[in-house]
Amino acid sequence: MSTNNGTIKKMMIILSKGTLENVYAAFVLANGARMEGIEAEIFFTFFGLEAVHKKKLDNLHIATVGNPAMHMPTMLGGLPGVEAFATSMMKKEMEKIDMPEVPEFLDILSASGVRMWACKLAVDMFHYKKEDLYEGVEEIITVGDFYNKSQGEGVQMLFI
Amino acid sequence: MEKTIAGKTITVNEEGYLTNFSQWDQQVGEALAAEAGLALTPRHWEVIKYLQDEQKAQVALSIRRVGKSGVVDIKEFYALFPVAPLKTATKIAGIPKPASCI
Repeated sequence: MSTNNGTIKKMMIILSKGTLENVYAAFVLANGARMEGIEAEIFFTFFGLEAVHKKKLDNLHIATVGNPAMHMPTMLGGLPGVEAFATSMMKKEMEKIDMPEVPEFLDILSASGVRMWACKLAVDMFHYKKEDLYEGVEEIITVGDFYNKSQGEGVQMLFI
Repeated sequence: MEKTIAGKTITVNEEGYLTNFSQWDQQVGEALAAEAGLALTPRHWEVIKYLQDEQKAQVALSIRRVGKSGVVDIKEFYALFPVAPLKTATKIAGIPKPASCI
């Protein structure tokens, strides 16, 4: 029988999306866990891999189409340049609240002891190689490996 | 609430942070560190001093800012204060807990 009193010991975060707002959500949650003394690991899968792909991680955008919270007509959101403009506006606001950009944030996570994994299935699908990925990504692992790493009491799993 | 530590009476909030920095001294810092299971080295003290100076200058503390301070990098900060570094180090330093998400 488990004796865990509800304490969170480890956060296992699965990042499946490559839009800036989702990437930030995963990073803030992982970093916030470490700041509280909670272990954190991120499993990058499908488009989430873009957040750790060396050539792509500095060019992530927020979604202006299909995002009702942008309060922008979908047709307008799809016009050339709109996504880039909205992204640069958001980045400016983020800098004001001391939010680092993706490359710096990855370095912070890595230095804070957040363990990072890439999903084998997605890496194979996109024809990526280990050397295409940010150095902080320890290994390319299967979903089964990820479940094995998630065992133990006080472990919480989060899908983004 | 009041708490007796290192032979002194200090006032702390419900999370154990000093509410009056004038009650802090090095012995109090050492005793608070011992409560957190830490023995302070000169490197710990350099970081604590830096945090106190930032607090005096009313700078909002965050992990990112500490990492850019030139005093300590993030990796060493976690090595010095392994469990919740910013929370632990500010508590030992006798300054308020930073309200930072980053």
